[in-house]
Amino acid sequence: MSAQAPTHTNEHSHPGPNEYIKIAAVLGAITVVEVAIYYIPALRPVIMPLLIVLSATKFAMVAGFYMHLKFDHRIFTSMFVVGLVAAAFMIVAFIVLFHFLRAPLA
Amino acid sequence: MEHTAVLPAEAHETTTGLNHRKVLMWAFLGSDCMLFGSLIGTYLVYRGRYLAGPKPTDVFDIPYTSVSALALLMSSLAMVLALAAIQRGDIRRLKIWLLCVAGLGLVFIGGQVYEFTSFGEEGLNLAVSTFGTTFFVLTGFHGTHVTFGIVWLLMIWIMAKRGQMTQARSLDVEIAGLYWHFVDIVWIIIFTVVYLIPV
Amino acid sequence: MATLTAPVAERGLLARPIEPTGVWSWLTTVDAKRIGILYGVTAFIFFLIGGTEALVMRTQLAVPDSRLVGPGIFNAMFTMHGTTMIFLVVMPLSVAFFNYIVPLQIGARDVAFPRLNAFSYWVFLSGAVLMHLSFVIGQVPDTGWFSYANLTERAYSPSAGVDFWVVGLQVLGIASLAGAFNFLVTIINLRAPGLSLMRMPLFTWTTFITSILMVLAFPVITVALVELMFDRLFGTNFFNTAQGADPILWQHLFWVFGHPEVYILILPAMGVVSDVLPVFSRKPLFGYPFMVYAVASIAFLSFTVWAHHMFTTGLGPIATSFFTASTMLIAVPTGIKVFNWISTVYGGSISLKTPALFALGFIAMFTIGGLSGVMHASPPVDTQHQDTYFVVAHFHYVLFGGSIFGLFSGIYFWFPKITGRMLDEKIGTLHFWLMLIGFNLTFGPMHFLGVDGMPRRIFTYPAEMGWGTWNLVATIGAYIIGLSILVFIVNVFKSLRSGDRAGADPWDGRTLEWTTSSPPPHYNFAEIPVVHARDDFWVQKYPDLAGGHGGEIIASAPVAVAAAVGHDEHVYVHLPDPSYWPLITASGIFVAGFGLLFFMLLLPVGLFVVLFGTVGWSTEPVNG
Repeated sequence: MSAQAPTHTNEHSHPGPNEYIKIAAVLGAITVVEVAIYYIPALRPVIMPLLIVLSATKFAMVAGFYMHLKFDHRIFTSMFVVGLVAAAFMIVAFIVLFHFLRAPLA
Repeated sequence: MEHTAVLPAEAHETTTGLNHRKVLMWAFLGSDCMLFGSLIGTYLVYRGRYLAGPKPTDVFDIPYTSVSALALLMSSLAMVLALAAIQRGDIRRLKIWLLCVAGLGLVFIGGQVYEFTSFGEEGLNLAVSTFGTTFFVLTGFHGTHVTFGIVWLLMIWIMAKRGQMTQARSLDVEIAGLYWHFVDIVWIIIFTVVYLIPV
Repeated sequence: MATLTAPVAERGLLARPIEPTGVWSWLTTVDAKRIGILYGVTAFIFFLIGGTEALVMRTQLAVPDSRLVGPGIFNAMFTMHGTTMIFLVVMPLSVAFFNYIVPLQIGARDVAFPRLNAFSYWVFLSGAVLMHLSFVIGQVPDTGWFSYANLTERAYSPSAGVDFWVVGLQVLGIASLAGAFNFLVTIINLRAPGLSLMRMPLFTWTTFITSILMVLAFPVITVALVELMFDRLFGTNFFNTAQGADPILWQHLFWVFGHPEVYILILPAMGVVSDVLPVFSRKPLFGYPFMVYAVASIAFLSFTVWAHHMFTTGLGPIATSFFTASTMLIAVPTGIKVFNWISTVYGGSISLKTPALFALGFIAMFTIGGLSGVMHASPPVDTQHQDTYFVVAHFHYVLFGGSIFGLFSGIYFWFPKITGRMLDEKIGTLHFWLMLIGFNLTFGPMHFLGVDGMPRRIFTYPAEMGWGTWNLVATIGAYIIGLSILVFIVNVFKSLRSGDRAGADPWDGRTLEWTTSSPPPHYNFAEIPVVHARDDFWVQKYPDLAGGHGGEIIASAPVAVAAAVGHDEHVYVHLPDPSYWPLITASGIFVAGFGLLFFMLLLPVGLFVVLFGTVGWSTEPVNG
């Protein structure tokens, strides 16, 4: 590793520590809600979409704000999203192939 | 422009103006998505097809795992604060926040070790069922990633203690931070998919 | 002349090696051109090994009821032939050109991470050697290059062969990933000023897209191999049917990797051909943007077609329809490329030098293989062809007729740039015709054998099946291919010693690599070129001819052609110095892999060496 000049190209200013703490509060709150949903029997029928939406929100917030994707060069977002989309496609395909289109093993 | 070039290759202007190592890290994270995608895919293929051994609902302790998931989530906050500190040139706060990140990471890993041990006592292991196999390998891979991240951050902390981390090197912290946040968001998914969504 | 900067006094754990020649200079080199040569020579040696394995198989199959080698050796031969040709020949030969040519084509002095590049080569060599150690202990991998579960479980493959395959491939995967990351960053970040994406030569484009495919595909095979390894070492249940596991999972993971992998094998050769044809037709590449978009869409679609390898596993009508449609779709961009190559040649002033011969051979052979490929998109046809010699014929037409012909085109094309000597045209032409005839004699008849029902991976067949004649023809063809390779080797040695001197630009080339001397200086370019057009060098040489293509041309700013070479002024070019750390870190990976296979206690030793190497590497002063 070497000493080098930082090559920051952020056109927008990053959020400051105050925003980071607010985001953390939201992330924590969502986690509490997620666990609460797990314990509410009435929500069982819709638990899957609810939890997926909530965790996707957390995912997007960490990637967008803490990893600065929202403020950084677009090429970083595209590199990450390409991997993410390919992985998501594979996972969904596996679920469909093994749980919906094939008879379950005895 | 090259005539003055007794400089590290890295400091040369790049075509995009972006640092090589940061581009590399994002490419790696895109790649790592496929790694965890394959592991999560494997877990989901066998989900519910457990012929022997304890079932997920038999062993999972949701409140316990929620706490360690929350610890990892909050470590991401400490991580951005560490980065903000070095970008301001505040090395003292950098060191504090780095220790916080590593500490919260250790809480998570400690929790995982305890969890694995107690699952083992309840009869769940690598070989007993497809649940044991896929669960331990998926979460074990993630735990290995976390451990590697802790070592990396502690190395930066040591360098900071020896006065080698300056404001000019904030990129080193930023890149380690990207890795750390990624490990965190992978756990966001694992926590939901493996623990919370009922089989 | 430019010189290197003197080493600076700052020190890491080890001083950087400074010998410019000798064994140590090669062991510690971080120069992409040297690494490219190492990759190329190593890959060619494995080409000879893999070819010998093929000849063993063809000799065994020449006549019915042959007992020359038993089924055990035959199984080992087809497994190692496939694995070797894919991972140790076609991929590293492509990577050799990535290393040597891409930095030249983009006007860079080196790659973005020179030490990572060296590391990638040494890890590649480690993986190759680890896998071939299986021959030493006589337990050779014998479960096919795709090693379907659950044949590979300890219970059904008790020999250590599968372990060598698993560990070797995992190590090779690390090398491929390291290389792919490097070229991705290099092409994004080290293009010369003015070299926008849509001005890049096609070979650079295919390198870029191939790197993306590797970055996304190799983690999947890594996970599959880890799962298999855990099953064999720790008794896990990933593919253990007794615990409800479904071995089809292996096929899915393998082909999610495996289908992008076949494009990893063919795209670089397509890039070579796309750069060769314009030079020997003296015309710009026809439909450049369509070629670029075709490569990109092939890459995108390659992740959606994997299960066409698995139609006979019973996917059900919905999945089968989906994968049929996506497979037919991926033929469209491939077809566009074929038409564009033909249109590039059409109406050009064609000079049939050896690189052009191989490129034209590529188009014809690849088209045949592509057409038999589209046939397999149709599940009823595929079901008939599955596991027959028709499939063997198909993929050899794309992998040999395609990749190998394309890569030989690249060898004849760039050999003068790399060595400063021309390969002999007459011997080269002989090589081409022998290889073309031998190739078609070998693999053409396999279409008939396949349709006639001859299964793959059988070590012999009874005479009354009537397969003897075509098998004999195929065997004769295989020996003709072998002969053609001998002719090539003669050509290389003869040309290295007494071949015509190649100037900087022996072919009247179009792209930046021809602006520097042959072989290029260590630093590639004394002055980083400034690019004003697609086919920039051609535009500089022939500003009048070049109108009407290649984007906006700023010909009014003449850049002295190759002026920088031989510059008298004392230019300081900083280049990274050689380093021990890539070799040390890679040797740690070798020791760890060796430990997994032979002596578990060596595993932690190897991992410690990796850790030590990483620390030394990251604390090594970049200047020093």
